[in-house]
Amino acid sequence: MGTGAADEDGQVEYGDENLGEGHAMRRRVIDVAPALLLVLVLLGAWELYVDSGATSSSILPAPHTIAESLWGNAGLLGHNLAITAKEVLLGLALALALGFALGVLIHLSPPLRRAFYPLTVGSQAVPIAVIAPLLVFLLGFGLLPKLIVIVLICFFPVVVTTVDGLAAVDPDQLKLLRTLDASRLQAFRFAELPAALPAAISGARIAVTVGVIGAYIAESQTATSGAYSGLGREIDADLSSLQTSRAYAAAVVLFAFAIACFYSLSLIERRLAPWANQSRGDIR
Amino acid sequence: MVVVSTELQSRRADRIAGGRIPAYSAPAANGPAAATRANDGIRLDGVSRAYRDRRDASVPALAGVSLHAGHGELLAVVGPSGCGKTTLLELVCGLQAADSGVVECASAALMPQRDLLLPWLSAVDNAALALRIGGRSRAESRAQATEMFAELGLEGFENAHPHELSGGMRQRVAFLRTLLSGKGVLCLDEPFGALDAITRAEMQGWLGRALQREPRTVVLVTHDVEEAVVLADRVAVLSPRPGHVRAELGIDLPRPRSRTDSAVIALRERALVALEMGMGDATGVRGDGRGG
Repeated sequence: MGTGAADEDGQVEYGDENLGEGHAMRRRVIDVAPALLLVLVLLGAWELYVDSGATSSSILPAPHTIAESLWGNAGLLGHNLAITAKEVLLGLALALALGFALGVLIHLSPPLRRAFYPLTVGSQAVPIAVIAPLLVFLLGFGLLPKLIVIVLICFFPVVVTTVDGLAAVDPDQLKLLRTLDASRLQAFRFAELPAALPAAISGARIAVTVGVIGAYIAESQTATSGAYSGLGREIDADLSSLQTSRAYAAAVVLFAFAIACFYSLSLIERRLAPWANQSRGDIR
Repeated sequence: MVVVSTELQSRRADRIAGGRIPAYSAPAANGPAAATRANDGIRLDGVSRAYRDRRDASVPALAGVSLHAGHGELLAVVGPSGCGKTTLLELVCGLQAADSGVVECASAALMPQRDLLLPWLSAVDNAALALRIGGRSRAESRAQATEMFAELGLEGFENAHPHELSGGMRQRVAFLRTLLSGKGVLCLDEPFGALDAITRAEMQGWLGRALQREPRTVVLVTHDVEEAVVLADRVAVLSPRPGHVRAELGIDLPRPRSRTDSAVIALRERALVALEMGMGDATGVRGDGRGG
């Protein structure tokens, strides 16, 4: 019975076949092509519409004007992006920590569930644009009121997906752990927590996209004036001074940032929870 | 019949430590503690169990089941689908409590119908799950489980994740997880039901050999009469729901058994007759096994 003893039915069976390198490359191109094509078609239509003279370019600038503005204001936009990105990422991290912890509490304790869940849902009905200036009165100008706005917007999807993910664990799996004499905490650690991880990351993906909107609201409702106050502030300032193409350029940067965050989280999910996509095996 | 559990634990720990499989010392207080410990054997006496359906009506699953399996014996339970076989195993494992009757059983480990391997753990971590729950370190648990991989034909797949394993390999990992729980009683719920016929035959041979090396008391629930006759010391045939024992066949044939052996075929036929014809009550056939 020692190691290395050949078993009489030591047959070798294989799981998935390995796909070739070239095949993976082709898959990747096929995955990206439709999105790229759609963007090109939309940009083309936009360009044609503006060039036809149906609208004033100070109201709707053409894509090539926006691209020029993007290039010309790269330094300013980059600086503002750094500010907004810091707000969003900090806010998201806080929302993830808070949302996940709250999700776990709600899952583990029915009384806490009854206490917190309605308030959590209610927090989403709070008109953020109204309370944002109030937060400034309370907390002053600076990062804190903005973070609170972003966290308020972001933590809800994380709580909901975490609670659902924890509840979606296979009940037979828990039964099995019971026959192995696992304690409540061990059942949580070995089954529920990892089962909820992909769902929580999905929540984070939703959170980061609404978080970018939250950052815009936070900046336009709470920011001080000044050149470097984030992309949201930049958009507001440009629109009021009729620098429409720069406002659009700032929006494009915000847009690209949101997409980058979303796909970074997909990559993180594949690192942290590789089992979540194993059955589909598609590249996202 | 009630044995002081700590005494039993340490005694079993000694026995099992000799066989390299550690028993862990902390049986959790969760789950219905209805099962009384016996000497690694199982005795069910007049056990009934009903569950409530959606309209809160009482649906009997088991009606007066009496069974026993001695220490180291393999008892196979066959019956039509829905006859309460899974309920029976959950009673033995202490996941449910009987409505009436007596369940006497040492602490039992369940191998469920689906392998239920945790997809986030590698094969060896899945196999070592009970050891880690028992409080051993991850490295220690892995080392212990790895030792068993070669003899189960799983060598080289220690770090593969469940989705990278074939159905037969997953069942073997699930069996190893059950075995490494260190419990004296193993409850196997249709362990090979989802496998194709060829893999199933291989796995049956493999299970028989594994149990010869690591004798345990086993309750094997199956709908495959041939599997029962090839593997078991005794076969209990259950009636349709509510399940009760319709017949019991002793199978006193040397191992390994061939499914084409005339004695095996004869016993299989008797079990099938008991299963298919309405033979009445638990007082039905009692085979001695040798006849044929």
